[in-house]
Amino acid sequence: MTATIDAQPVGSSGRPSVLASTRFRVLVIVLLGFAVMSAARIIADNPDLTSSGTFGVGLRTAAPIALAGLAGLVAERSGTVNIGIEGMMVMGTIFAGWWGWEYGPWMALLGGIVGGILGGLLMSLATTTFGVNHIVAGVAINLIAPGVARFIASELFLDAQGGSVTTSPGNKGSIGAFTVPFLSGGDLFGWQSPDILGWLEDTGWFVIADAAGLAKGLTTAVTWDVVITIGLFFGVAYLLWHMRLGLRLRFAGERPSAADSLGVSVHTMRYIGMAMSGAFAGMGGAVLVLFSNRYQENQVAGRGFLGLATMIFGNWMPAGTAMGAGLFGYAQGITLRTNPGDLVRTLLLAAAIALILLVVWMLVQQSYAPAGTVAVFAAVTLWAYLAAESPNNQLVFITPYVVTLIAVSIGAQRLRPPAEEGIPWFKGMQ
Amino acid sequence: MFEKIWRASLAPLIAAASAIIISSIALIISGNDPVEAFREMWKTIDSTQSVVIILNVSVPYYIAGVAAAVGFKMNLFNIGTNGQYLLAALIAGWAGAEVSLPPLLHVPFVILVAIVVGGTWALIAGILNVTRNVNVVVSTIMLNYIAIGVSAFLLAEFFRDEETGGLVANTKLMPESARLPALNPIFEFFGFDFPPNVELFGFLPIAILVGVVYYVLLNRSLFGYELKLSGLNPAAALAAGVNPKKMVLITLFLSGAVAGMIGLPFLLSDPSFLKYGDAFPTMIGFTGLGLALLGRNHPVGIAAAAIVWATIERATQRLGPIGIPPEIGKILQGSFLLSAVIAYEVVRRRNDAAAVAAAAAATQHERPPPSEPSPIGVPS
Repeated sequence: MTATIDAQPVGSSGRPSVLASTRFRVLVIVLLGFAVMSAARIIADNPDLTSSGTFGVGLRTAAPIALAGLAGLVAERSGTVNIGIEGMMVMGTIFAGWWGWEYGPWMALLGGIVGGILGGLLMSLATTTFGVNHIVAGVAINLIAPGVARFIASELFLDAQGGSVTTSPGNKGSIGAFTVPFLSGGDLFGWQSPDILGWLEDTGWFVIADAAGLAKGLTTAVTWDVVITIGLFFGVAYLLWHMRLGLRLRFAGERPSAADSLGVSVHTMRYIGMAMSGAFAGMGGAVLVLFSNRYQENQVAGRGFLGLATMIFGNWMPAGTAMGAGLFGYAQGITLRTNPGDLVRTLLLAAAIALILLVVWMLVQQSYAPAGTVAVFAAVTLWAYLAAESPNNQLVFITPYVVTLIAVSIGAQRLRPPAEEGIPWFKGMQ
Repeated sequence: MFEKIWRASLAPLIAAASAIIISSIALIISGNDPVEAFREMWKTIDSTQSVVIILNVSVPYYIAGVAAAVGFKMNLFNIGTNGQYLLAALIAGWAGAEVSLPPLLHVPFVILVAIVVGGTWALIAGILNVTRNVNVVVSTIMLNYIAIGVSAFLLAEFFRDEETGGLVANTKLMPESARLPALNPIFEFFGFDFPPNVELFGFLPIAILVGVVYYVLLNRSLFGYELKLSGLNPAAALAAGVNPKKMVLITLFLSGAVAGMIGLPFLLSDPSFLKYGDAFPTMIGFTGLGLALLGRNHPVGIAAAAIVWATIERATQRLGPIGIPPEIGKILQGSFLLSAVIAYEVVRRRNDAAAVAAAAAATQHERPPPSEPSPIGVPS
């Protein structure tokens, strides 16, 4: 694999312009998408599509995916392709289920991190020290972790009251939640503050009510583990781009031999990266345990891979990863609402509107052939909206994967993974 | 010959030893007696019935291993064999139950459908790779989950047998003409006695055939040569006139086609299935990835790995009654796999370094061979 140097920032051809910058384009797309959702909400008369309740659940389901994405981010930035996130999350769930049952929710969070770190270090032993192919090692971790989890569960939970090989007896208490005062009616020293966002949401105004629903969802009864998850994104972004350690981590992923020649220990950096990766993945598992209040076998259910997809979707950047996780978390969250069928149907309408807008845009740009393809998709989606009485949940299940596949297919040329990730490196190599 | 076998089995033996040690430690920590555990395991597998069951279980594992190995040989990591076989089994099971054909045509028809569906699904990843430069690992993982969702959707909405009511969804039972008979009569002809109610499933010869075809294709055909060349040195392959895009497409189709057959032993020859449904085993594709790694992509190695895997599963089944967690089998499998992967890598690097040093010594008489950097990261 030859390392290609295409480090030019995207969209920086010629003079940098605010309008042409990626950030601006993403912002426009997000705002347009939001307006489309709002329109679909009004047309289908389904306020739950953008209600604070739906966004709240979406945030909760996004957190483990986001942590898995963060796990992929630090691993790959430091040069290890981490297919084993799924297994590390499983390690996190079993330790979180164990410590949560013995010592309470905060220890569950810590236990998840410890379990994940064990998985991360084990994989790093294979990939960094022994130079095993990263995909091979990740596959191995994914096969091993469920076995270890089952063994631990059979030892610990089998004889406990309410426990079994597949479930822990349940956590001691819950981790607690936090509501922002003044915005969403949180308590302030025992005084109930006004709920401004709730009032705005109830008005049902185009876009404004939806924005209020989003803001209220993100600020109402947010559990502390989710608050920490959000904080971690800022932490990791600061670490990777504003701290010496972060620079060295990225150095190990981009140019290990150059890093080595400047006195940075590539192996130490890759171990640190994998330990952090395991910690985030394991914490993702713990968040799942805290959500369902107990360890359950197969609780991770592909979220590790989804996190990986999120990170690729987000172009190996924290902000993009967070956005992808939010999108996928929302898609998963609506399946937990009272009327998921209606929500999916409304979402189909939103997708149809978005696709039609895309066709119009493409026609304006005079790219007729792609416009035709998208038009077919738009027609199918519109047909699905009109025909489906209550769509199958499975179609929601596959949405994130389809979106990622499309995003990767469209943007594969623009995506920029760390230059030398996935290549075992030893001292003396070029 | 012996030298070769010894070399090939050194790393697996080391891995097996460390797996036994790690599992024993796990047993001791959890307050169990490892000696008692391994004695009980041996007692469980030491019967004709167990041998037949182990063979039956290892057949789908073997096919899954070969499916993964086809891609691995070219450094194409087809992580999506799981989705490929689930979708293939669903559609083949549905199609097989819908048509009526004479027995000699019915089974090949089902196999063909499975091969085409599995191969086509994997081909999507290939097309995305050659046209849009999408990483195969990423696309096969995504296609995996898409296949799982699509097959659940198709089963619930279209392919479900209406007569089996309730919460369980499955396709119609395969008609008599699409079933492979058990192999018991053949073995009984040679004076081999089966215990009652024990059947050696009829898919075994087809699995062996798959292995033979894989071996011949890989070692005795131009395609196999190009495949190995592309895997070992893509630049040399390109220089030798191998079209990399064509190779990616063919390899992924073949890998998916073999993966499509993973579910067939259940559909065609396992009397407790003979249909696709909610109870269908779902993780064999992932297991197959591990087995291909264990067997080093060699058909015999994968067969050995599949039998070891099935043996461990069978051996641990009766540990529960004597108070030892049967889950120790998972620890055995997992530690075996990870140690094997590491041991292979260490042995390979040692051999490579030795080969390079020998070649250097043979060609450069006037100069001393350049010192090789230590491959294991330890300063030499």
